[in-house]
Amino acid sequence: MSDIASRVKAIIVDKLGVDENEVVAEASFTNDLGADSLDTVELIMEFEKEFDIQIPDDQAENIATVGQAISYIEAAK
Amino acid sequence: MELKRVVVTGLGALTPIGNTKDEYWDALINGKSGAAPITYFDTENFKTKFACEVKNFKVTDFIDRKESRKMDKFAQYAMVAADEAINDSGLNLDEVNKLRVGVIWGAGIGGLETFQQEVLNYAEGNGSPRFNPFFIPKMIADIAPANISIKHGFMGPNYTTVSACASSANALFDALNSIRLGYTDVVVTGGSEAAVTIAGMGGFNAMHALSTRNESPETASRPFDGNRDGFVLGEGAGALILEEYEHAKARGAKIYAEVAGGGLSSDAYHMTAPHPEGLGVVEVMKNCLENAGLKPEDVDHINTHGTSTPLGDVAELKAISKVFGGHAKNININSTKSMTGHLLGAAGAIEAIASILAIEHGIVPPTINHTTVDENIDAELNLTLNKAQKREVNVAMSNTFGFGGHNACVLFKKI
Repeated sequence: MSDIASRVKAIIVDKLGVDENEVVAEASFTNDLGADSLDTVELIMEFEKEFDIQIPDDQAENIATVGQAISYIEAAK
Repeated sequence: MELKRVVVTGLGALTPIGNTKDEYWDALINGKSGAAPITYFDTENFKTKFACEVKNFKVTDFIDRKESRKMDKFAQYAMVAADEAINDSGLNLDEVNKLRVGVIWGAGIGGLETFQQEVLNYAEGNGSPRFNPFFIPKMIADIAPANISIKHGFMGPNYTTVSACASSANALFDALNSIRLGYTDVVVTGGSEAAVTIAGMGGFNAMHALSTRNESPETASRPFDGNRDGFVLGEGAGALILEEYEHAKARGAKIYAEVAGGGLSSDAYHMTAPHPEGLGVVEVMKNCLENAGLKPEDVDHINTHGTSTPLGDVAELKAISKVFGGHAKNININSTKSMTGHLLGAAGAIEAIASILAIEHGIVPPTINHTTVDENIDAELNLTLNKAQKREVNVAMSNTFGFGGHNACVLFKKI
């Protein structure tokens, strides 16, 4: 697993209180990991902080799964 | 329309001197102080370095980590105390009509620590607003009853009353009226506060409201004592289940006491100073007696607001003498804030619980830390100094007054 992927997963485990095994690439934040709309906003903010990037709102809307988050951050770095 | 009778069927307490109703009562009758040096932050530059913190509390023992992270401490305390009270009431949550169960809560401030932390984060950043999406819903004072209703599905009236240190007595009175008027069968009521923070201590210190007896925190809260020098900040929660009398009887519930009535008034005098003659306080006790249909001679015990401030304590006792006349000296008067400190918006709730348990056990908890007579206080009054007193209590009054001149009073009666 890439460094970015493991850091993304750690944030998700911490913020959503889910088991690490559930945090797979295809897992949807809202449908699979129990996030509500505020949780999702918080996750995006945590990614921005952790990786020192800016994720505009219109792009954040497209980040719905663990895999999408990892790909977005890898591309942005 | 005939008013329904309302009784107390469940209690829960999370306080600086005990983390359950039973621990709280045990500490009260044994005169235990909850004051100690502050552990939450570095107090080196603060005038007051102590408070009555809740001790040995681990939120994840009660609420899972993900949920608890979305709650300020004041809301966590509310959830824990409310759950204890609900369990204590023996209500069957699968059978009760949840459309007719309300949650009416009191908080003087709300999520002060959350507010403080978010603003500090902003101040330390580059000017871009990076506020957490949970900032507002964690902080707002009404979120405590919201969380309680979400957990249990209670769909009746749901709100928080805000009247500073009178908040949870206001909530109790609203809960009483809601059931009396037939709007609800059951109301989870009470109050919570968690203001032992940099902003809370700094703010109250700036008002010269807090005791600065740093060399002896446990004796700093000394209501009615000649050397009192301010209140001691406390935190925690108290919860009560109020229930319509026939509803409680029908399910064979344990009944602690009847909520006989309540009263409200305003000093209309000053933002923070009490009226020197306690005029609003006289009014609130009169209102309360009238609302309960009781006479001054019926009252056996008054749990005072008694915060240990130089002006407030004397004004309240003067008001008691005025309302109760010759009977005042027969009343067991106390201030349990001598032990718990001042829980602000939760004070009315935990003191209502102390009053109800005094009725239940026939014991009046003491006003601890009294060593020096204050000559401005009528020596004939029984202030239940230093040691608990056995006393058959049929009627107990609980007073609370808030900054802004808000006065609220509730009467409980043995049933």
